Amino acid sequence: MAVLVDITKCIGCESCSVACKLYNKLDFKKEPRNVKDGIIDLDDNNWTVIQQRVNKNDDIRFVKKQCMHCKEPACASACFSKAIQKDENTGAVVYYPDLCVGCRYCLVACPFEIAKYQWDEQFPQVAKCQMCDKRVEHGEAPACVSACPTGALTSGNRDELLAKAHKIISSDSRYINHIYGENEVGGGEWLYISDTPFEELGFKTVSDVPVTSYTKSYLSKVPVLASAWALFLAGLAYYNHRCDQNKKSDNDGKE
Amino acid sequence: MNAYKVYRIFGWDFTITPIRFVLTGLVLLMAATVLVRLLTGFQYVTNLTDETPWGLWIAFDVLCGVALAGGGYSTTLLVSMFRYEKYAVVARGALLTSLLGYLLVMAGLFLDIGQWFNFWRPFTSWGYTSVLFEVFWCLSIYTTVLSIEFFEIITERIMTKKLHGFMLKILPVLVVIGLVFPMMHQSSLGGLFLIMKERMFPLWWSEFLPLYFLMSSFFIGSAMVTIETSLAKTAYGHEIPHNVMVSLTRVGARIMVVYLLMKLYDLFTMDEWGYVFQGSLQSNMYCIEMLFGIIIPIVIIFSPFAKHRWGLMTYAWLTVLGVILNRMNCVFTSMYSTGNYFPSIFEFIVSIGLISAGVLVYCFLVENFNIIGNERVVQVRIDKDKDIKNLIWSLLRSKRQ
Repeated sequence: MAVLVDITKCIGCESCSVACKLYNKLDFKKEPRNVKDGIIDLDDNNWTVIQQRVNKNDDIRFVKKQCMHCKEPACASACFSKAIQKDENTGAVVYYPDLCVGCRYCLVACPFEIAKYQWDEQFPQVAKCQMCDKRVEHGEAPACVSACPTGALTSGNRDELLAKAHKIISSDSRYINHIYGENEVGGGEWLYISDTPFEELGFKTVSDVPVTSYTKSYLSKVPVLASAWALFLAGLAYYNHRCDQNKKSDNDGKE
Repeated sequence: MNAYKVYRIFGWDFTITPIRFVLTGLVLLMAATVLVRLLTGFQYVTNLTDETPWGLWIAFDVLCGVALAGGGYSTTLLVSMFRYEKYAVVARGALLTSLLGYLLVMAGLFLDIGQWFNFWRPFTSWGYTSVLFEVFWCLSIYTTVLSIEFFEIITERIMTKKLHGFMLKILPVLVVIGLVFPMMHQSSLGGLFLIMKERMFPLWWSEFLPLYFLMSSFFIGSAMVTIETSLAKTAYGHEIPHNVMVSLTRVGARIMVVYLLMKLYDLFTMDEWGYVFQGSLQSNMYCIEMLFGIIIPIVIIFSPFAKHRWGLMTYAWLTVLGVILNRMNCVFTSMYSTGNYFPSIFEFIVSIGLISAGVLVYCFLVENFNIIGNERVVQVRIDKDKDIKNLIWSLLRSKRQ
């Protein structure tokens, strides 16, 4: 399941963030804020937010922010107890609190700084968009998508949405020729198209190489290097041992 | 030596000095903070935020703690494997510092995890794609190995007949295992940062990060052993010839030269010279780290300054502080955006308390076991009645004064 965000169609009504809070039972009363309070960021009770940005032509654009549900999720790869896993069927990157130790490596690993932490809780957990995995499993759209009144959010198969996005871009000259999320750190389930360059909208410029590839290539070398090193040390220890024994028997012979 | 008392309780020596009194106080303060932290979460005790999810405890207690404990494996490698027998005098002290270092790191890690009752999860739910998984397993195994290695020193004094012979037999195996795991996880601590490529300032990120962490743990190891033996000399009159210490640190310093060359190679291949002289906070911190932590120490150790005691000590302190700065930079400076985080007083209390606990345990063990060559403690007749009487008498006497 993927979602295409057409930034040109968003009117900033924040139905999506309300739907998100209702469906995921997040705390409304704690720090109530909305799009008029300046650029607000995600936190443990806001899994999705709308940010108001002004582009070079002084036009107002609204940007929805939530987990990108990467194809190569850094958070899932960073988790050492498999508390974050990518669902193969739905594509959602889902958090399992029961397995979570609370090391917060996922927060540091995420290239988009999406995952947040419940700092005020006694036993805090990680907070991030789950792409309404229970709804998506049954073929329904995520809560935010089904609440969107303007059609800025559409959900569906990723390849189909990509084809649709390319079609929109080529047919309408106002769109810039870039689908954010197609290749960013390996691509994700959330795709954005826009008429304003993404840098002006607060999107982070990242490379197309998935960050997980660096840890993968490192971890693939470790077992080989470690066993080679262990063998070398064992050999050296045995050699030293033999040297000592020979010295001893030489001394015994002399006496 | 004046103005301190030694109490003998059940045959163990407990020395009380004013400093140790203060240290005990700090440990108690920490214990109270830890209790609050474990029961109420992070909100009252720490200043951690979503922007800086890893704070002082990870940067100092864990990253620096592990690096500082690198003296254990580097000395063991030189002494047991490459047969630099002249360094054997420092081996036991280095082993003890490592063990204590690792125990403190484990304590620090435990405090820093949110759902601490879940700490055992990675043992059963294997997140093998994570570098932290490797760190976790290596830390666990290596701390166990270190404890068993140290157990050999303990069985020298107690349970001598039953266990000591057995301990001596399995020691060579332990030494080999005890050299594989620390090198694996020293490097994997650097590997932790590989995944943060999009978040770190380019000067600190490199594909060689695992190697950098490994190398710096090696040279900080010998520097730390130098400082430790110098402190032990002041406190316990345990002297190690100056030239032994110089040549030991020079082994580390050679690694340091390679480290510097690799860092320069990185600057050229990733074309980062622009960042170095940018004048921003990050670039300035980088320059300070490289100049005072690497270049000046190299100049000192390979010049005639090293012949003097102060020269060697300057090298050792600069190296240690340089590596600490490097770890802090990796966690804080390289991911700095608004700078809202500064460690709270309680975070400092816990870090200081952990170190104090380490110092106290170190002193107790050194005074009771043959670690730095004071063999007076090896054979002590245990005489319970007399001990307790002595203790009561000395307490009464100190009250009267």
